[in-house]
Amino acid sequence: MILNKNLKNTLLVIFATLILSACSTAKKSGSVDGDVYTGSETVKYLASGVPDRVFFATNKSSLTTAARATLRKQSTFLRKNKKLNVTIEGHADERGTREYNLAIGERRANAARDYLMTYGISGKRISVISYGKEKPIKTASTPLAWSQNRRSVTVKVN
Amino acid sequence: MKKLFLIFLLNIFLINKSYALIEVDITRGNLDPLPIAVSPLHVDIKSEDYEDIKIKNLGSNISEIIENNFRSTGLFNPLKKEAFVQKPDIAHLKPRFEDWRLIKSQALVTGKLLIKDGKLKVEFRLWDLAAAKEMTALAFTTTPSNWRRVAHIISDKIYERLTGEEGYFDTRIIYVAENGPKNQRVKKLAIMDQDGANTKYLTLGNELVLTPRFNPTNQMVTYMSYFRNMPRVYLLDIETGTQEVVGNFPGMTFAPRFSPDGKKIVMSFAKDGNSDIYTMDIESRIVERITDHSSIDTSPSFSPDGKFIAFNSDRSGLQQIYVMRSDGTGVKRITFGNGIYGTPVWSPRGDLIAFTKMRKGKFYIGVMRVDGTGERLLTENYYQEAPSWSPNGRVLVFYRETKAGAKGEGFSAKLWSIDITGYNERQLKTQTDASDPSWSSLLSK
Repeated sequence: MILNKNLKNTLLVIFATLILSACSTAKKSGSVDGDVYTGSETVKYLASGVPDRVFFATNKSSLTTAARATLRKQSTFLRKNKKLNVTIEGHADERGTREYNLAIGERRANAARDYLMTYGISGKRISVISYGKEKPIKTASTPLAWSQNRRSVTVKVN
Repeated sequence: MKKLFLIFLLNIFLINKSYALIEVDITRGNLDPLPIAVSPLHVDIKSEDYEDIKIKNLGSNISEIIENNFRSTGLFNPLKKEAFVQKPDIAHLKPRFEDWRLIKSQALVTGKLLIKDGKLKVEFRLWDLAAAKEMTALAFTTTPSNWRRVAHIISDKIYERLTGEEGYFDTRIIYVAENGPKNQRVKKLAIMDQDGANTKYLTLGNELVLTPRFNPTNQMVTYMSYFRNMPRVYLLDIETGTQEVVGNFPGMTFAPRFSPDGKKIVMSFAKDGNSDIYTMDIESRIVERITDHSSIDTSPSFSPDGKFIAFNSDRSGLQQIYVMRSDGTGVKRITFGNGIYGTPVWSPRGDLIAFTKMRKGKFYIGVMRVDGTGERLLTENYYQEAPSWSPNGRVLVFYRETKAGAKGEGFSAKLWSIDITGYNERQLKTQTDASDPSWSSLLSK
């Protein structure tokens, strides 16, 4: 009986593990989490270890944990380089109407700008521009390419 | 005449039957277009060539434009000329009705033209073959270089006489001409006749341009440009080529359209991550804020009486369509169906709003009543958006993009049109890839 009970418990644990791993595969495929890009294929660097861009979920402009970490690195970099100004370009994927995408690109760029400002970077040093869906970095019509295109990119202007 | 008219009314009635399409693929019925014979216009022997216009072919060229216009409506079936039984000049005087009825035609268009002393004189007649009667006739004089417009005006008159609705052939379409790979598109403003002829490029492609729209008299265009990397709404005078920024906004302005009286431009202004709707009076330059909400408010479109504005907002979470009074009061959401809704455009008749709908990875162009009821989806595709109305409110033009391969190959953007019945979907001829179409009103009005 005791053996039997132990076996049962073991089976339960195995089942639970299976279910959990099934969950995480459903959520994470390759370098996309939910539908936010987590890879680094398209990423450039403002300086060593300072990625230039953050990625967004479909129709969203909220910053993910990874996006905040990247922006904190950018703020540290900008604090060290006091004379440097930047433009944040906001972008959308191709799966929305053109005009709404212009608006959401602007909202994404401002989400990044606001976050940099809360870390002490003057708003005067950060301009924003939205390109909507007009400047995709990836041209494939796939969920992966769309996730790489939903981005805000911090670009040095001087 | 009565018979012809009855048959036509029947056609209209058949294609008008409404059908609920919210979840279903659109199936196109097979209708019986009205057989019509368009005789080449007879060229008067006293005619002279004029500049590069060869008088010899002008009569048949005009009749071919008329035939193309008729064919594009899906309502008419222009018959082959080889079967024609009478010479153009004799038919124009008085057709032998029984002969034309033999080739199963129900209507006949005849005409003649003369170019003399730098003037083009044209007359045409429309005949009801069953009733053996003339239905309408018209003569006019213009400069010879207008000969294509003459063909369109004749088409409009015949369409009006046979359908009881205003025509839409003597019109132009302004759009964005696109070239180059998907991640380096070069975009120019372009204008063409409704049938794809007379394409002219209004910008050089040095800066990104988007969403051109005509004013009610078709002389001005408002559009968005990234000139000097500042995304702003511009106003362009097509004849003089002069252009200016609309208003003095400290940020991106976009999604412009004219008010129905042409006096104002309504558009979105984005600042600090928030887009709201504004108007600017073109003459007084007075700017008014119409919406004030922390959500994205964009794609505004006036009702034809100027009393209301339909727009697109994500204030409920995702994009939906709202209607408000033109002063911004009385905001009401009108779309509650499954999916996301964008680009509302008020019909010139005032009774319908055309829109783009996104649902389960598909894009639809549809129409609904102005209170959001009676939604009908006209066409489903991988990507399509931005409907614009024909001036008679019967046809929508929009653009469609194809799915691209792994390296962006196979991508294209083209203009398409569809009747609001859901029938008669067709691609418009453009010299290049094209997007963001805006249909003019009738030029001859």
